[in-house]
Amino acid sequence: MATLEIDRVRKAYGSMEVLKEVSIAIGSGDFLVLLGPSGCGKSTLLNMIAGLEDITAGAIRIDGQTVNDLSPKDRDIAMVFQSYALYPTMTVRQNIEFGMKIRGVPAAEREKATREAAEMLQMGHLLDRKPSQLSGGQRQRVAMGRALVRHPKLFLFDEPLSNLDAKLRVDMRTEIKRLHQRLKTTIVYVTHDQIEAMTLATRVAVMKDGIVQHLDEPQVVYDRPANVYVARFVGSPAMNIIPGRLKDGPAGAELLMDQPDGGVSRIAGVQISDAARRKYAGRPVLVGIRPEGFSVAAPGQSAVKAAIEVVEPTGPDTLAMFTLGGTEVIARLAPKAVEAGQIADLAVTTAKVVLFDPETEIRID
Amino acid sequence: MVTEHGSAARARRIGRLVIYGSLIALAAFYLMPLWVMITTSLKSLDEIYGGSFIGLPRSVTFEAWSKAWSQACIGTSCTGLKPYFVNSLMMVIPAVLLSTGIGALNGYVLTKWRFKGSNLVFGLILFGCFLPFQAVLLPMAQVLGKLRLSGTIPGLVLVHTVYGICFTTLFFRNYFVTIPDELTRAAQIDGAGFFRIFFSIMVPAALPIMVVSCIWQFTQIWNDFLFGVSFTAGDSSPITVALNNIVNVTMGRKQYNVDMAAAMIAALPTLVVYVVAGRYFVRGLTAGAVKG
Ligand SMILES: Nc1ncnc2c1ncn2[C@@H]1O[C@H](COP(=O)(O)OP(=O)(O)OP(=O)(O)O)[C@@H](O)[C@H]1O
Ligand SMILES: [Mg+2]
Repeated sequence: MATLEIDRVRKAYGSMEVLKEVSIAIGSGDFLVLLGPSGCGKSTLLNMIAGLEDITAGAIRIDGQTVNDLSPKDRDIAMVFQSYALYPTMTVRQNIEFGMKIRGVPAAEREKATREAAEMLQMGHLLDRKPSQLSGGQRQRVAMGRALVRHPKLFLFDEPLSNLDAKLRVDMRTEIKRLHQRLKTTIVYVTHDQIEAMTLATRVAVMKDGIVQHLDEPQVVYDRPANVYVARFVGSPAMNIIPGRLKDGPAGAELLMDQPDGGVSRIAGVQISDAARRKYAGRPVLVGIRPEGFSVAAPGQSAVKAAIEVVEPTGPDTLAMFTLGGTEVIARLAPKAVEAGQIADLAVTTAKVVLFDPETEIRID
Repeated sequence: MVTEHGSAARARRIGRLVIYGSLIALAAFYLMPLWVMITTSLKSLDEIYGGSFIGLPRSVTFEAWSKAWSQACIGTSCTGLKPYFVNSLMMVIPAVLLSTGIGALNGYVLTKWRFKGSNLVFGLILFGCFLPFQAVLLPMAQVLGKLRLSGTIPGLVLVHTVYGICFTTLFFRNYFVTIPDELTRAAQIDGAGFFRIFFSIMVPAALPIMVVSCIWQFTQIWNDFLFGVSFTAGDSSPITVALNNIVNVTMGRKQYNVDMAAAMIAALPTLVVYVVAGRYFVRGLTAGAVKG
């Protein structure tokens, strides 16, 4: 268990800047997920925490100690790699014991630690096999076992589930979460899968082009994304970003969005600070509404008029597509709530509406 | 239907026949010299000069073999090939081990510990593969002179090791490139250092290419004549040079049977290496390093 502080860290390969001033701080026992698209610098940042890449500028502190110049083995960390990186010529047992052997742990203690890890990950029967004789999921377990026996201050995971099939991925995800709840070790976990981020993290850092776009609890990142990029990246289907206008009236702020039939949909009672209301009154804004922010309106309730174009039943609910503000919008409704071709009145949960500045694309509070 | 099927089968059988027939003919053609060598070495000199050169020996005798091994005259001393065979062993074993070991280390550094300019270094080493023997003769002679190793077996070991490093480095680099970098990174985090990673992880994974490197180096070094004849003299010559002396420097009647036996003795070790380890050679050349 340890705190981790990434303090204005930069990374450049020659003249190419891969990370531009990344600052992240997490507490002891936190589960930090670095989330972002391919090539945004997640692995680079993780490797810098591990000590496998040099830090161009800034500082990384583990438990308050600056580790910039410490070699990986002196940082008290363990890492699980995307390709598992099991030593191919060693048995599972030898793989797990390798690190302890190097550190001079006595044989009896090694044996005990291996047994404990094998028990925790239910892989006792695999100990004498070679990695080539294991399935993907089993390799994944062994890689985690190898990290576990070290009892490190910090666990680092680099896309550990991306090579598994969908079913196994969900199982292992739960297993990792259970492991974290049990061990309470601080974890940094890299993924480009937003569902993994939402389900596992206590803190999510959404990254793009070497910059942290939003760092917060997953629910906050989901409900109040810092900008349009984060809003679109987290959540599936993505948040609807609808061009509209803010109108300030005696009854409070009102949002106006064009309907394809020439009419205007109005949403009243939007929560917005007085300063922002004055600033944006009469100006265009981007209206962010999650698909589940829509529901079939009760009679008399204020609603947007939606000409439903396509309906996609998913089982637990139905996705309905319609056009609003000149853009395609997806609503998540109860099964069979609407039909294609129908004109439906959809209410909007105003508390969940988020506004963005159309130029900077940053959230308006 | 039935006849169609039958004629197709017949066509296939004829095709097979043609293929095997020509393969056997070609193999026989290539084995002809070996046949002549074996039969001649088992004949007495009288029988050879009696006119039968190609046929089977009338009475098999191993006299020529034992003469070639322990009595044939090389220059002025009549010791047979035995001491030179030992010379060659004393040269080839350390040279193969050294060049393979250094090549493995080079390949490891060039793939897992890349440094600024490591690609250039690899390019230069690769260039060494294309240097003809003749180009290095003079500078090498000078170096050996400076090191006081001229005319000695350790000198030959040095020459062959240095010359072989280009090839062994190429083998190992191309093999280690296929081992994922994450493996060395995982080992680093486990606390392993440069040599620990090399010996515990890279070397065990590199067995197939080790075999390739050893076979390649063994045949190259054992069969080498030019370096041997250039850098040694008299007692310290390798077997190829001694063989040349036996064949060229006989007086009186030419002893074909002894010559043939001597040539076979000189070729035997490489033959044995191929027969014993040949299939690993092919497997090593085509093997990818690591799965999973
Ligand atoms: N050794 C290197 N030299 C130059 N550029 C590099 C090097 N390593 C990584 N990069 C670049 O740095 C950027 C970030 O790479 P990184 O591996 O951190 O991405 P990532 O977010 O982990 O992506 P992925 O999800 O695909 O793994 C990429 O644009 C990559 O091309
Ligand atoms: Mg990556």
